[in-house]
Amino acid sequence: MELHVRLVKIWIIFVGVMLVSMVQAVTIANARIVVDINRGHANPLPIAVANLLGDENNIISGGSVNDYGKRISLVVKADLVRSGLFRTVASSAFIKSGNERENLLNPKFDNWKAIGAQALMNGSISVQEDGRLKVEFRLWDVLAGRQMTGFRYFTSPKNWRRIAHLIADAIYQRLTGESGYFDTRIVYVSESGPATHKIKRLAIMDQDGYNHEFLTDGKNLVLTPRFSPTAQEITYLSYNNNNPRVYLYNIDSGKQEILGDFPGMTFAPRFSPDGNKVIMSQAYKGNSDIYVMELTTRKITRLTRNSAIDTSPSYSPDSRYITFNSDRGGSQQIYVMDADGKNIRRISFGKGRYGTPVWSPRGDLIAFTRQYKGKFYIGVMRPDGSGERLLSESYFEEGPTWSPNGRVIMFFRQQPYDKNGRGGETHLWTVDLTGYNEREVITPLEASDPAWSPLIR
Amino acid sequence: MLKKIISAKYWALIGTVLFLSACANTGVKTGVQTPPPVKPAVKKVEKPVVAKPVEKVTTVPLMKNLNTQSSLNAVASGSLVHFAYDRYDLSAVAQAIIKAQVAWLQAHPTVTVTVEGNCDERGTREYNLALGDRRANSVKNYMVALGLDPARIRTISYGKERPLVIGTGKRVWAQNRRSYTRINN
Repeated sequence: MELHVRLVKIWIIFVGVMLVSMVQAVTIANARIVVDINRGHANPLPIAVANLLGDENNIISGGSVNDYGKRISLVVKADLVRSGLFRTVASSAFIKSGNERENLLNPKFDNWKAIGAQALMNGSISVQEDGRLKVEFRLWDVLAGRQMTGFRYFTSPKNWRRIAHLIADAIYQRLTGESGYFDTRIVYVSESGPATHKIKRLAIMDQDGYNHEFLTDGKNLVLTPRFSPTAQEITYLSYNNNNPRVYLYNIDSGKQEILGDFPGMTFAPRFSPDGNKVIMSQAYKGNSDIYVMELTTRKITRLTRNSAIDTSPSYSPDSRYITFNSDRGGSQQIYVMDADGKNIRRISFGKGRYGTPVWSPRGDLIAFTRQYKGKFYIGVMRPDGSGERLLSESYFEEGPTWSPNGRVIMFFRQQPYDKNGRGGETHLWTVDLTGYNEREVITPLEASDPAWSPLIR
Repeated sequence: MLKKIISAKYWALIGTVLFLSACANTGVKTGVQTPPPVKPAVKKVEKPVVAKPVEKVTTVPLMKNLNTQSSLNAVASGSLVHFAYDRYDLSAVAQAIIKAQVAWLQAHPTVTVTVEGNCDERGTREYNLALGDRRANSVKNYMVALGLDPARIRTISYGKERPLVIGTGKRVWAQNRRSYTRINN
């Protein structure tokens, strides 16, 4: 897998170089992707993440308290590095002087400066009488020699990974000025078996791939899960009883229920930002239109009435608008309408087809899938259709979903098959809004249809 | 419902007749082959008498076979109808295949079907679900126009979830853009 990722990167750089040398100032959209994928300009901030200090002789289930401290620091490092905005200073370079515990509140800034760290995280971990972990960390500005932030957390030992993600979020927020996205989960579709009859299961995991769980057993084909704004519920499409309909899944209770009593197939569900409604498509007698259902009253309102395919709806974060894709103009393109279905206007005008529009949690951008000349792209544009930028490209990719801070987009990518029918693997990927830092998200099996949760509260 | 019972009885009757005739045949054979035993090789004579009718008894598969998928597929080009890229209109070839399906279905009035709409993998998932629904309904509408009772036709879209052929390239994708008329169990 390592090699595979590296090959992709090399290939991307190669293509980037080719394009740069061939075209200098071409205004077609393809040219923009050159800037985005021509990596190496990023200047990640060097940060030293010290192991949280704990009692080596205090053994609890899963290791010593000090082991837990090391693990938490490792996960913090992994989160920060994966963001592409940070580079961790190797702990082998750390200069030890004096009592480490005493240094926690008075770091020897010159030592950290000497190894090139601009920021330092340190802290401690202990176990309380009730069995819970007590974790403290502080973030230091090495050059200015002062504390930037610090928090204390309490939780059960088996919940230690969340502490690490909360620390990483706090560091990210303090150093970038934007809220983090590490204490989040991904719901997606796990795939296995041959393409002609794939077994698909809903699965959920932490944003970094850990704490993985399957939610369904694979008996029914399931597609397109999406989180509610509380991250406690998922709406998705299930072929239960060979009847494709939109369902709700409660994560805590495991309870599944069909949503509404539609005569036709319902699909492409998504929650409204307040979580009180689910917007979706119904295909009835060969025509797909957009409907919205209020969850408490179960009242259904039809929003589009057109012989074209209207699907993949997504609310703006202020709930005033809905973006969707439609072929009403002759091919699949992106439209925006008012939340009541009025004022429908087309916003995508580039070459090719545009689909799967998803409104950014910040409201300023819409992410989409573009299909042009045998390639697929993930890109973003403003809600009025201006400022289109393509972030990634491949043989096939689609289905963007935003990190809750609107800085990272996750999607799925399928490799082509070779002449012998081998290949075709489908996996999750992330790319930064800048178009840099493309990474594969490791899952136990093949994976598609990711949906990013809001920050867990 | 009445028709069903009558036809069931009818087939049962044929079954019984065939079974009896099979028995009768062997009866005749044994009758011919029984010369007075000269040597005590009785077992050799009895063995074939017992074994032969076992293979010929059951006529039930014949009845099932007439209403099965393979029978429909045989007359209607595999029950497959193909579509152009991002299209759901029916070509002359597609119309001819659907006509053959309808003719077969009219000759088998108790059969109900599900028309499954499918797409190639070169499109986004949700759009393809809608497109598959269009294709399935396109076939259904033509069947109804040809006089088939709409109550006998269900439709379902699998979007790009159930490709027929695995691979990359125009020939592969063309084969996967299809509807399939499946007989309901």
